[in-house]
Amino acid sequence: MGKPKTIIEKIWEKHVVHQEEGKPDLLYIDQHLVHEVTSPQAFEGLRLSGRKVRRPDLTYATMDHNVPTKNRDNVKDEIARKQMETLRENCKEFGIKLADIFHPDQGIVHVIGPQLGLTQPGKTIVCGDSHTSTHGAFGALAFGIGTSEVEHVLATQTIWQERPKTLNVKVEGDLGPGVTAKDLILAIIAKFGVRFGTGYVMEYTGDAVHQLSMEGRMTICNMSIEAGARAGLISPDETTVEYLRGREYVPKGEAFEKAAKEWLALATDEGAEYDETVVINAAEVEPQVSWGTNPSMCVPIGGTTPSLDEVEHKEDVRRALEYMGLEEKQPITSIDIDHVFIGSCTNSRLSDLQKAAAIVDGKRVKYGVKAIVVPGSFSVKLEAEKLGIDKVFTDAGFEWRDSGCSMCLGMNDDIVPPGGRCASTSNRNFEGRQGNGARTHLVSPEMAAAAAIEGRFVDVRKFTAGVLN
Amino acid sequence: MEAINKHKGKVFPLNRTNIDTDQIIPKQFLKRIERTGFGQFLFYNWRFDNDGGLRDDFELNHPRFEGSSVLLAGENFGCGSSREHAPWSLLDYGFKVIIAPSFADIFYNNALKNGMLLIKMDEKQISEWMNQAEDGTFILKVNLEKQEITDDEGTVVTFDIPAYHKEKLLNGWDDIALTLQLKDRIEEYENSKLA
Repeated sequence: MGKPKTIIEKIWEKHVVHQEEGKPDLLYIDQHLVHEVTSPQAFEGLRLSGRKVRRPDLTYATMDHNVPTKNRDNVKDEIARKQMETLRENCKEFGIKLADIFHPDQGIVHVIGPQLGLTQPGKTIVCGDSHTSTHGAFGALAFGIGTSEVEHVLATQTIWQERPKTLNVKVEGDLGPGVTAKDLILAIIAKFGVRFGTGYVMEYTGDAVHQLSMEGRMTICNMSIEAGARAGLISPDETTVEYLRGREYVPKGEAFEKAAKEWLALATDEGAEYDETVVINAAEVEPQVSWGTNPSMCVPIGGTTPSLDEVEHKEDVRRALEYMGLEEKQPITSIDIDHVFIGSCTNSRLSDLQKAAAIVDGKRVKYGVKAIVVPGSFSVKLEAEKLGIDKVFTDAGFEWRDSGCSMCLGMNDDIVPPGGRCASTSNRNFEGRQGNGARTHLVSPEMAAAAAIEGRFVDVRKFTAGVLN
Repeated sequence: MEAINKHKGKVFPLNRTNIDTDQIIPKQFLKRIERTGFGQFLFYNWRFDNDGGLRDDFELNHPRFEGSSVLLAGENFGCGSSREHAPWSLLDYGFKVIIAPSFADIFYNNALKNGMLLIKMDEKQISEWMNQAEDGTFILKVNLEKQEITDDEGTVVTFDIPAYHKEKLLNGWDDIALTLQLKDRIEEYENSKLA
């Protein structure tokens, strides 16, 4: 037996194509995911230099950022339409499989990768999108890249990467009832800040993490980038294996059992050392609501916005409160909302929608609140409809849409108007993220659902127990 | 990409931390399929009001900062999305050098690939320069080869940069062409995986 290793080291070492003193390593990429917004300039670069896509078979494309979530057969935004058309032409020219707007596999790239089984433990996965960290939930080394890097991967199937430092995010204890994966990751970022992961790949460890479903794990890994880490992952276990069994792109029969064994062996060895460790107690985590303009500006539902006297970067906090239209020390439960968005690569999978539906079942969205549900993929949408979940939402007054990134970043028509205030299950509460002047509060699907009914933030645990005040 | 070694330019101080890529270039401008022409959208929601008029409360709009090409900023500059449109818009607007206490990983890489020089510097030094730069006449000279920054009065401050990044910037190398020289290694790797 050699020295115990982390899963991060194991995956890294298996993918080094070339190594030279004083330079980054050249890493092989097993899966490249492509979407319409960050790829056109990369394909154009290939054309200008007469290069080909080295491994179209390891490349998979879909359109998600721009696509409308209603009336899809008539894309009115001409520039968006051109971008989608460009992806279509590029995929055709370079021989890349594309889940086009009406394809049954279409969806948010970080929802369909796992759903199709393209995402597997031990793979290196890249995509021109920072939330590629999502795929880390499977024990893959997955990270976002820029367009120049997209072109590089298309042309060479490799990427230059400095060997990252390793960070153990150790979650002790168990999550309390009514507390979700989203609350856990928001609490982690609130506790350690938006840059504690910079330069690291994080591994989330502890029983509370391994008790989560794959969908919960994806929510956690998805937001690694909001802590500054390009990648965050979770060692594979039986839950990982069972999720993948039978999916389209995973091996079948005996080959699957063999693969599963290899996947499980990737898990971090007992006694392996990390460069850094941080610890959080899951039992202390409560449902979270962000109040500011970055994801660390977040407090438990029973909390208040900060007092300027008690914070370090006063000017940043003052600016954030001003942008958000909030006072110092304002109770979170006093904040009225007018928009609700349930969707995004963080929280748009079937179980997210089921949990939110359970909260709204038989109730009505508060008068004056515009609430939309955007399933993460076409297939999630169909499954939800089979279960009648669409009906639960529409009966309550939610709009039920087609899949895409939608109001998480408002590249299509789904935007929050200036001054509008949104309870959102997405991942970023940056200024203007959901629309110019829009105010975003990050929450779990359950908390968003309860906010839709009450028209303000409430503790979903009290809401389900029927005791609000 | 264009090589960069020496740069001399007017300094614009942007005293904010965690400036994210949504602030650098908002999403509505990511729909273009070209690499050029993004400068007009830089810091869009800070520079323009809802009617498209210039906002008085954003310092970059003041005539005294016209022609700035060195940007000073707070920590974690460029956090958020992987959009390379962020460095494209900064470069196209005219910024060639950014100095901050820290940068987000993806942004740093993206900038490097476009020949933009990002310099990490301690907060104390940056805060001193921020004050000096307030009146819009502060000039810094950057010499990448020597890893030196010189101010108006001739005071020299040195900076660190990984040797590999420095070499790439000084030569303006095309990464893909370099990697393709290792094509045999890539093939070898692929064959070994098949075996």
